[in-house]
Amino acid sequence: MKSTILDVTARLLLPWLFFTSLFILYRGHNLPGGGFIGGLVGASGFILLVMGPGLEAAKRALRVDPFSLIGVGLLLAVLSGIGGVFMGNAFMAGLWLPTFSLPLLGTVHLGTPLIFDIGVYLVVMGFTLAMIFSLSEADS
Amino acid sequence: MNNLILLPVFIPFVAAIIGLIFRTLPVQRTLGLIGMAAATISAILLLNVVMEQDYLVLSLGAWQAPFGIVLVADLLSAIMVLISCIMGILVMLFSVQSVDNARQKTFYYPLYSMLIMGVNGAFLTGDIFNLYVWFEVMLIASFVLISLGADRAQLEGAFKYMVLNLVSSLLFLAGAGLLYAKVGTLNMADIALKLAIQPDSFLINSTAILFLISFGVKAAIFPFFFWLPASYHTPPTAISAIFAGLLTKVGVYTLMRSFTLFFNQSFEFLQDILLILAALTMLTGVLGAAAQYNIRRILSFHIISQIGYMIMGLALLTPLALAGTVFYLVHHIIVKTNLFLVGGVIEKVKGTGELSKIGGLYRALPFLALLFFIPAFSLGGIPPLSGFWAKFALVKASIDAEVFWITAVSLIVGVMTLFSMTKIWAEAFWKDAPEETENKVEPKTLKLMYAPIAIMVLMTLYLGLFGQGMFEVAERAADQLLNPEGYIQAVIPQSTEAISKL
Amino acid sequence: MSTLIAIIIGALVAAGVYCLLRRSLMKLVIGIALLGQAVNLLVFSANGLKSANPPLIEASAKTLAEGTADPLPQALVLTAIVIGFGLISFSLALMGVTYQKTGHDDIDALTNTDT
Repeated sequence: MKSTILDVTARLLLPWLFFTSLFILYRGHNLPGGGFIGGLVGASGFILLVMGPGLEAAKRALRVDPFSLIGVGLLLAVLSGIGGVFMGNAFMAGLWLPTFSLPLLGTVHLGTPLIFDIGVYLVVMGFTLAMIFSLSEADS
Repeated sequence: MNNLILLPVFIPFVAAIIGLIFRTLPVQRTLGLIGMAAATISAILLLNVVMEQDYLVLSLGAWQAPFGIVLVADLLSAIMVLISCIMGILVMLFSVQSVDNARQKTFYYPLYSMLIMGVNGAFLTGDIFNLYVWFEVMLIASFVLISLGADRAQLEGAFKYMVLNLVSSLLFLAGAGLLYAKVGTLNMADIALKLAIQPDSFLINSTAILFLISFGVKAAIFPFFFWLPASYHTPPTAISAIFAGLLTKVGVYTLMRSFTLFFNQSFEFLQDILLILAALTMLTGVLGAAAQYNIRRILSFHIISQIGYMIMGLALLTPLALAGTVFYLVHHIIVKTNLFLVGGVIEKVKGTGELSKIGGLYRALPFLALLFFIPAFSLGGIPPLSGFWAKFALVKASIDAEVFWITAVSLIVGVMTLFSMTKIWAEAFWKDAPEETENKVEPKTLKLMYAPIAIMVLMTLYLGLFGQGMFEVAERAADQLLNPEGYIQAVIPQSTEAISKL
Repeated sequence: MSTLIAIIIGALVAAGVYCLLRRSLMKLVIGIALLGQAVNLLVFSANGLKSANPPLIEASAKTLAEGTADPLPQALVLTAIVIGFGLISFSLALMGVTYQKTGHDDIDALTNTDT
């Protein structure tokens, strides 16, 4: 069943959901949010595309294979842990850049936990999409 | 330095991840093999370090115990990690030629690396919830591996395997939650400390039973073993060999760890239960095997009966019994994996593992017959092979502890194991082939399948003829298990005062 | 409140076990899901149910203030939920493939690998 309203809304919502998910990812360190929820919100935009315009449109919009997303995400998460080892500390020990200020974002506090969170974001998004894509393939 | 403990977990993980990104079979295969080889080297280094300084502890993220997650290697963990890495690389080599290409292409090598990572993680972790997570890593990888290819029989086996293991994980999670509710910590050493200071037999006993059932399902002890013979003969041999070698032993390891570290206060209550379960496990396994006429099904049942011996060693809880159990674990992992692989070669060459349809292999494949003969009679406990020394230690321990009925059971089961092995020997190797059947594959082309088997046979021979060194290490590991104070102190250095009060 | 949660956990376990004992594959998966939820609830309520502040450290402080909730059971339950989600989606996929291959939703048809 085709619904033009859903088609158009899905296409319009995709960039908004995507940027919202990035925002949720960024604020997650000290406030509610983070990679997991961000990844789910990000994936929901593409899931809307599957429900509206269809699987092909969602795959075109994503551009990359969801399995590669999982791989890259896991790799980022692992790499974020190695930093601590090279500084002579335990695996996964956090490393932080000095804080600085940016317009719009306020005080910026960058460190390896953010890289880990980006990894989580990509894994969650990749896993959710891989599952939804393969289930809707089996459906049709 | 302490980060060394992470490598046996970390290296297979990285190999798996890169395999996910580059999705061609040659890349995944090369990476998998390199990763397993590197993991094996790191495991050897780890065992060396642990031999020198007894314990190696890593607090992940520099969060000190008992707040952060710790990885702890004592001798038992280090031995288990090394043996799992060695089996990992040997069986992976075997699968290069034995698993069909369609299956290998569906992420076989990354999944396999993940499985080894989960097993090593479960051996090394010092945190009870982290143990649950490693269990799940191991389970998810094994679920996919066992159903890979989606044959009808495989799907049936996978369903049984999956449902029972999921229920067991849930019981374990419930037990961990209850334990946390009572003692307010998840660190194993801290749990041991808190329970030693404030014993609470009701809580310990109820949680211990939850853990016993959960780990018992994973270790396939009586009466929770039904999933094992129903599923282990369905996937390709390489997969069932690595499952048979490692997965049930993770259950045995966790039983040993939890019952020596923090359930030791109420051991009188548990000892009888464990002894009875051990005897029933041995008997049902060996009787089940007697009724089977398919190589892999017979071997599956024998896993169960051998697990019974290990539980018996744990239940006796004397230094000799525990040393025997550690030795038994190592011996059994090597021998059982080896036998499954020999079964795999027979199935590959003859196309079936049914004893009634094969025969005359002694004449056709004399080298394979030798490779079967040694591990089979080691499993049966014929001196001077490794199985004899393992059984000897356990039997001696049970006589010393004056539990004569379990001695009797273990001796009877030993004889019946030998009967099963002679059955395979006589049917598959000695009797004439039922009809002249063409070989499906020319055996000479299977070099990559023979090589790992030959290495395992050499390991069995070495353990049997020069087992002294290994047994001394096992005795030290048993000593560590019986004196958990060292473990607690290594994990929580500030606990010295509390320990001295015990 | 604890009593209510205990009753809910009990009801979920009962429903889960009932579903596990049915003959349908679908109900088997539902049964595992229900049991999983029961255990999650058990872990969640492990440290007692009390009304407390969210376990966030104030910007000016170094440690948690008094009267905050225990964050650990929540973290555990979150992890357990995620793992459970993965396992249930895998078992649904496995069930789908099994149904396609065998044409049965009946567990009694799956006895070929037993002995």
